[in-house]
Amino acid sequence: MSTLVSIRNLTRVFDVSKPWLNRVLENEPKRLLTAVSDVSFEVEENTVYALVGESGSGKSTIGKMLVGLLRPSEGEVEIRGVNLAAESDAKTVDQIRSDIQMIFQDPYASLNPRWRVGDIITEPVVARGGDATGLAAKLLEQVGLAAEDAQKFPHEFSGGQRQRIGVARALASNPKLIVCDEPTSALDVSVQAQVLNLMSDLKDDLGLTYLFISHDLTVVRHMADVIGVLYLGRLVEEADPDALFTTPKHPYTQMLLAAAPRMDQIGREVEPPKGEIPDPINPPTGCAFHPRCPLATDVCKQKRPELRYVGTTRVACHHAEG
Amino acid sequence: MTDPVLSVKNLVVEIPTRRAVLRPVDDVSYDIAPGEILGVVGESGAGKSMTGNAVIGLLDRPAHIAGGEIWLKGKRIDNLRADQMRKVRGKEIGMIFQDPLTSLNPLLRIGDQLEETILEHLPVSRAEARKRALQALEEVGIPAAAERLGSYPHEFSGGMRQRVVIALALCAEPSLVIADEPTTALDVSVQAQIIALLKRLCRERGTSVILVTHDMGVIAEAADRVAVMYAGRLAELGPVEQVLNAPRHPYTDGLVGSMPMASAGKERLRQIPGSMPRLGSLPDGCAFHPRCPKADAECRQNPGPTLDATGGRAACWFPVSQEVSA
Amino acid sequence: MTDELVDIKGRAQAPRRSRLGEFFSSDFFYMFRRSPVAIISFAVVALLVLAALLAPLIAPYDPFNPASLNLMNGFTPPSTPNAFTGDTFLLGTDDQGRDVFSTILYGMRISLFVGFAAVLFAMVLGVLLGLIAGYVGGWIETLIMRIADIQLTFPSILVAMLIFGVAKGFTPVEYRDQMAIWVLIVAIGLSDWVQFARVVRGATLVEKNKEYVQAAKMIGRTGPAIMLKHILPNVLSPVLVIATISLALAIIAEATLSFLGVGAPPTQPSLGTLIRIGQGFLFSGEWWILLFPAATLLALALSVNLLGDWLRDALNPRLR
Repeated sequence: MSTLVSIRNLTRVFDVSKPWLNRVLENEPKRLLTAVSDVSFEVEENTVYALVGESGSGKSTIGKMLVGLLRPSEGEVEIRGVNLAAESDAKTVDQIRSDIQMIFQDPYASLNPRWRVGDIITEPVVARGGDATGLAAKLLEQVGLAAEDAQKFPHEFSGGQRQRIGVARALASNPKLIVCDEPTSALDVSVQAQVLNLMSDLKDDLGLTYLFISHDLTVVRHMADVIGVLYLGRLVEEADPDALFTTPKHPYTQMLLAAAPRMDQIGREVEPPKGEIPDPINPPTGCAFHPRCPLATDVCKQKRPELRYVGTTRVACHHAEG
Repeated sequence: MTDPVLSVKNLVVEIPTRRAVLRPVDDVSYDIAPGEILGVVGESGAGKSMTGNAVIGLLDRPAHIAGGEIWLKGKRIDNLRADQMRKVRGKEIGMIFQDPLTSLNPLLRIGDQLEETILEHLPVSRAEARKRALQALEEVGIPAAAERLGSYPHEFSGGMRQRVVIALALCAEPSLVIADEPTTALDVSVQAQIIALLKRLCRERGTSVILVTHDMGVIAEAADRVAVMYAGRLAELGPVEQVLNAPRHPYTDGLVGSMPMASAGKERLRQIPGSMPRLGSLPDGCAFHPRCPKADAECRQNPGPTLDATGGRAACWFPVSQEVSA
Repeated sequence: MTDELVDIKGRAQAPRRSRLGEFFSSDFFYMFRRSPVAIISFAVVALLVLAALLAPLIAPYDPFNPASLNLMNGFTPPSTPNAFTGDTFLLGTDDQGRDVFSTILYGMRISLFVGFAAVLFAMVLGVLLGLIAGYVGGWIETLIMRIADIQLTFPSILVAMLIFGVAKGFTPVEYRDQMAIWVLIVAIGLSDWVQFARVVRGATLVEKNKEYVQAAKMIGRTGPAIMLKHILPNVLSPVLVIATISLALAIIAEATLSFLGVGAPPTQPSLGTLIRIGQGFLFSGEWWILLFPAATLLALALSVNLLGDWLRDALNPRLR
């Protein structure tokens, strides 16, 4: 196996200040939101790397930087050893770009309602001046729809079928890596399994690599080979699913696992987690989790923990032990 | 067995359109005992929210109740006038919606909203109402409740806002709360807090809850009994551990089986083929038959049995678990 | 709730029909059929537009051919034989003996042409500027929208008069009459683009954050391609509504300018020019020279406006 994506010290800061004039009049400083802070990880070819986290964890921001929708503020994204931000050869950049595709969360918003399905799914090829004859039919059949569906408009399909169309579009340019941003969270339960199975099959058949972004721990456990847990823009733990779910090392991961509702524990009484996610504009000092952490000591308030290995797990906690 | 708090009998909701009359709720019946949490699950469009809205008399026109009865503590409420119904809402039935902002007036302080609601429904003095408002906020776990009485809804976080809504729903001491996807918009850790809060408060007060959600995990954790809806009809109704561990209706069975389970590992998920039909184009016979592995000619022609016809659990001629035991 | 509402339309399973069949079974046509106001105003607009288009065939006289005019026919009252020549005119004649009915038909041609062309001009300009402002943002958006704000503080008729005056100053005298119509179109169009720009900018701001636009960006589509191919088709329905209402306003603006004497020249009289000519005779008893063109203008503007109002309601699902 070789490394397909390596992300190093990735940081993204958003300027969420009020307009300049309001700021001057109200005498307010600039407000900067650090959505992603110093995140590093690698994705091996033909595996599924999952990013989990709650809202504000920066998981979608990382996905957008990976596909080029956002520029990193600091750090770099390298794909097959090519740093897209620094690479000057336009042809290489274009080649790598077409190797990365994305599946979006909302199947109702991700397809242009005025376009025919056939035009939607072949756009990645047509936009690059490629030949798309017969492509739509092939892709539609690949995702379990009929070739004639190319003539229809998105509103003629159900949510699950639309997400299949989104998958077909992502496959059009023969990508190596697909970033899946909450691909099933807008779908009904009975349809979710269809889409997840389809994605698994396609991965095996086409040798795809997924970056799978989700807040749903059960889905992540089913899909992922490696899971990265994000909290407030920081990667706090990285492990394979079995290790993560049986012996979570970071106190946040432990809290998250305990809080997630589970179907196999009927009538479970849980001690609900304490506190809420802090304001990302003024994150806590040191370890971002320390105000909610049962293990927190003085060092946690002062020093941000580095990711380190505990067994096979990478964890960013001063107190994590094997 | 005590008398049920709420009794829904053969409820039918219809929406007349120019092409056809749609039935988002079709012949639904259930009872809720005092202090019980009834989970209502189903996919979007299954009619689960519509049922709740019919109970509280908040159907958007042209949807209307076209048949059946709704009884609240021995009083029939489906035929009340709008102004009488308004008194029932809030006093007898509390409401919690997915988006807390729909239940809160953005221009009024939280304390005033609580106070007004208490004064409207309970015979207490203003000072007493003020005291109870503070008490209500403390009960739902708002830190520094006394100061927060003067805050506006937008000054709270999503989770805190939903806590305020729960305080508002419970402050007039209703006997029934309808919670429509109360945690769907919230993060996992906050969701656990809200579910635990709802469970604790209702247990302490003996309030019954209709918990409408699409999340089977939430149902498993919170509900005593669960009603599974499909295309406007009740597919299955029973105690939560029975429905989830030994589902009878093929739809429930498929639904439970299609969930990625912690124990199942990486095997392919079981999947139900197709998707739920739209209301305008329900198939003949049992609405589930095109997706059902067991459907036969009978299922394709005759509407599926109601729960009463099968004597309880599942509205199906070929229930799943019975076959195994037989 | 929303999902149930989507279900109500039940479009997915509707059998496939031809384009025309699809239109006749659509909710849009259904609403049209149920609205008497829409039907009547559509009928009036269609009748008037058709009459204007076919003016050379319908009009009993050619009012601009001096050879067909007889000064003796001047001031003939409607449907009454002329005292000298015995000729009868449906709606009477003006001071020069021109048939009022024929001048109205030809005047409407000018009015409608100026109205349509001005709205088209305003629409293209406003939609493009609105798309750019909404999609690009930043200082370009600020610049475009501030210009729009400033222009809105002047009554549009003043803006049109200003443009008309400036343009007239630059036009050689011998071309003035020829150019007048085109100057009129530009003047009215320039005073009317703001509404289009505002609405399109607002809709673009909503659309550009939708995932389908992100998908197009990720594929590597350029800004102009995303604006024209992806966003434009999705912001067109409010544009259609504004265009209809603007048409009524443009027709009135043209009439106003012509009435004030800065619009269509007497050699190519529009409805406004006819009204200006007619008002001179109102108090001397020749009421028909004013009344019939005025009534036509009223019917035209009112029914276009009503149609626009109905269209706005029909295309806005929130008002249903």
